[in-house]
Amino acid sequence: MATKASRTAARLMLAPAVILLLGWMMVPLTMTVIFSFKRYLPMRGGDLGWVGFENYVRFVNSSAFWPAVQSTLMIVGGVLLITVVLGVLLAILLDQPMWGQGIVRILVIAPFFVMPTVSALVWKNMFMDPVNGLFAHLWRFFGATPVSWLSEASMPSIILIVSWQWLPFATLILLTAIQSLDSEQLEAAEMDGASPLSRFIYITLPHLARAITIVVLIQTIFLLAIFAEIFVTTQGAFGTRTLTYLIFQRVLESQNVGLGSAGGVYAIILANILALFLMRIVGKNLDR
Amino acid sequence: MSIRTSLGIASALAIATATAGHAQDLSGTVTIATVNNGDMIRMQGLTADFNAQYPDITLEWVTLEENVLRQRVTQDIATRGGQFDVMTIGTYEVPIWGENGWLVSLNDLPDEWDADDLLPAIRDGLTVDGELYAAPFYGESSMVMYRTDLMEAAGLEMPEAPTWEFIREAASAMTTDNTYGICLRGKAGWGENMAFLSAMANSFGARWFDEDWNAQFDSEEWANTLNFYMDMMGEYGPPGAANNGFNENLSLFQQGRCGMWIDATVAASFVTNPNDSTVADQVGFALAPDNGLGKRGNWLWAWSLAIPAGSQQTDAAKAFIAWATSKDYTALVAENEGWANVPPGTRTSLYENAEYLEAASFAEMTLRSINSADPTQPTVDPVPYTGVQFVAIPEFAGFATEVGQEFANALAGQQSVEVALERAQALTTDAMESAGY
Amino acid sequence: MARAATTQRKIINTAFAWMVGLLIFFPIMWTILTSFKTEATAIADPPVWFFFDWTLDNYRVVQERSDYSRFLWNSIIIAGGSTFLGMLIAIPAAWSMAFVPSKRTKDILLWMLSTKMLPAVGVLYPIYLIFIKFGLLDTRIGLTIVLMFINLPIMVWMLYTYFKEIPGEILEAARMDGAGLREEILYVLTPMAIPGIASTVLLNVILAWNEAFWTLNLTAAKAAPLTAFIASYSSPEGLFYAKLSAASTMAIAPILILGWFSQKQLVRGLTFGAVK
Repeated sequence: MATKASRTAARLMLAPAVILLLGWMMVPLTMTVIFSFKRYLPMRGGDLGWVGFENYVRFVNSSAFWPAVQSTLMIVGGVLLITVVLGVLLAILLDQPMWGQGIVRILVIAPFFVMPTVSALVWKNMFMDPVNGLFAHLWRFFGATPVSWLSEASMPSIILIVSWQWLPFATLILLTAIQSLDSEQLEAAEMDGASPLSRFIYITLPHLARAITIVVLIQTIFLLAIFAEIFVTTQGAFGTRTLTYLIFQRVLESQNVGLGSAGGVYAIILANILALFLMRIVGKNLDR
Repeated sequence: MSIRTSLGIASALAIATATAGHAQDLSGTVTIATVNNGDMIRMQGLTADFNAQYPDITLEWVTLEENVLRQRVTQDIATRGGQFDVMTIGTYEVPIWGENGWLVSLNDLPDEWDADDLLPAIRDGLTVDGELYAAPFYGESSMVMYRTDLMEAAGLEMPEAPTWEFIREAASAMTTDNTYGICLRGKAGWGENMAFLSAMANSFGARWFDEDWNAQFDSEEWANTLNFYMDMMGEYGPPGAANNGFNENLSLFQQGRCGMWIDATVAASFVTNPNDSTVADQVGFALAPDNGLGKRGNWLWAWSLAIPAGSQQTDAAKAFIAWATSKDYTALVAENEGWANVPPGTRTSLYENAEYLEAASFAEMTLRSINSADPTQPTVDPVPYTGVQFVAIPEFAGFATEVGQEFANALAGQQSVEVALERAQALTTDAMESAGY
Repeated sequence: MARAATTQRKIINTAFAWMVGLLIFFPIMWTILTSFKTEATAIADPPVWFFFDWTLDNYRVVQERSDYSRFLWNSIIIAGGSTFLGMLIAIPAAWSMAFVPSKRTKDILLWMLSTKMLPAVGVLYPIYLIFIKFGLLDTRIGLTIVLMFINLPIMVWMLYTYFKEIPGEILEAARMDGAGLREEILYVLTPMAIPGIASTVLLNVILAWNEAFWTLNLTAAKAAPLTAFIASYSSPEGLFYAKLSAASTMAIAPILILGWFSQKQLVRGLTFGAVK
């Protein structure tokens, strides 16, 4: 049992982290909320007074708002789906006995180390360029017309790029989870005549549930904030403007800080709804 | 490189900076934000010459891609961040920032810098109320660049001042399996596709706003402009054109993939440079096309160097700007890289220099294009704004980029011209309302 | 018979796994290969694989344009510094939550993680103004602090899941033997926690190294790390694939090598206590 003294000590040890994070969150957030109720145009003299909820109304009513929410959810959802499904398959594959498992693992983990800016640049230019990209060469080799990926299939292209970056993360977590699976259980099921598919559905998948939750949680946090990949590739054109990018356009390109801040508050609300939803699941899983 | 060596370099740099701070005369560290265009990269390579004259001034370069640069310097100047002593900006920013009192006047640059030698169109674009707020590094208009060999093979002859109809006809005749008849900007952005399209729209009689600041995308003229552009690009343009900006098109043209390309006049020296271009000796030039309405589709732009008010290094920064935009710098580049590669479009004396005219086949057409652009009266119908390929108000960069995205979407075939114009009209109106017009 | 079947399966597995591994790694390999080509070879159709005149020219050109070592040094300081600073705050916090849990522990943890969902763009303006006020723009210390805050929740979370795995009985036994808080931490906990701390450090160095929004927006020349280095190569005039590849390789190589060498620790760190 913890003593009273150690409880006090524990509080003191926790305090710096909590206070600092609270400050980090509250100070900019408060400023953002204040800005969001103002007509704030740096190019026209800065703070031009209070306007009530005008910015909030304008932001939601703009034709770009709902498509942006939709694109955000599509990218997050698409990447999660791809990384989890492929991650599970890849994890199962890597769990099989084979030669050079260590090296294969090194190859698979590599994209995780690549800066988002670099990976977006490399994919955009060296692979997806419709004239000089490798895909274009490949398409021409088979006699097909090269696809201009980033304009004609912009959303799938961005999801592909981001999934490539996050697949290693998912794979590695799921692989560790699979490795901890009791192999005797699987063997017993095999003896009882269970097909590989039902073994996967009834034994492997439930075992992975917790790992999948963690993958979904952590990735969602990072995916909601995706910026570099869009900034480098499409700059928000062709239906890839996410909420984050829309705010960026309002604040930096239009230099309308009030409007952008209102957007920022919406984004925070959206993130928190998602967070609440996720946290509940994770919270449950943490108790196990 | 080991950590220790980089430590050594870092501390050596720190010492160098510190000692510079104590030296007499002009000294200090000047931080320069610039765009990663070829001419600026070249300037970065020639700083030894500057340091020979000013040994105590240290130049720190921040070289960024155009979009990143714009975002960084705008953010910095709007908040008075003071991160930069010299900023590379254009004819769009200078009047707005100058009016706000955010830039240091350059009227007191030394006499030998010779402000009177600047091309009048360019100088006017950088002057607010008699104060010159930025020194032009290079200036440009736009013109038609075409492949003389392909034109000949198609049995056509490019007039000096073509019409849009002729351009379409030629594009059709020059398109083959391997060559695209015409390459134009499609990449979304106010300085990318909208620069081209706004200038083109001028020659079709369209305009951004009427005299009461009402957006005009619901007009017949804009529909004509956009339909003509889409049809021509769809049939004779390269694939993925909606992602092609200046650089992408330049690279296509240098590889011999384009029959014609209507873009910045500065590109002329790159496409005629045999080191980079496979078609260097087969390029001809013509004025930007028109529709017989009295306006041509050519723009006016100058990448210029300016000092943000509040810089701690104003004098050193001025010394640098005077060096980088001087006639001597031009001569220095000519000596190192040849006359054809000097930064064009800023000084009258350059266009009177026989050596330059000899080396640069595009010189005359460049000068004519620059001189024919009129930012004060850019359109057929009257407008309340100045600027040929932009509208000189602070909100323009924001909504024009979004309009550009709608047009790029249409070019990629994801929406129709009508829908793109409708959306452009709606979002421009909205942006203007929120800006208080 | 059975043995032959397993060997056969192993061969198939191996072939398949290698194929997938190489496919995933391919973009990086292609970038590295391209960095040694000339610009013309880089866009050749059909693509040239290994048999070309290998050249270091691109690296020379890139180095001439921007002094690599300076950006590298900034990256090292900022990534290392923010991780170090973060650990100083995160270790005590995680320790206290793991060993002296209260009713609110879980809520605090989840709240911390939720601060990461704050969209950076939304608070760029406030942060920029604060930075100007305190003269932190373009300083390594300013960037170090921001990145520390960004990654702090992840650090606390990871450390917490590690510390929780340390059996409480050991602590109690130590206390019975008369060990104070200091001894407890120094002699009992530290040795058991070191692997967890190591993997947390690694993951955070990687995250801080690759962070591209704040590092680009809050620096100019003096504190600019490798993310800014790469920002000047995104679309230069003319042909640039080979130069872009060289710059990319230079930007990712240090962290790629670090990651590979320490991948065992990293993999453990990445699991966030999800799997035992």
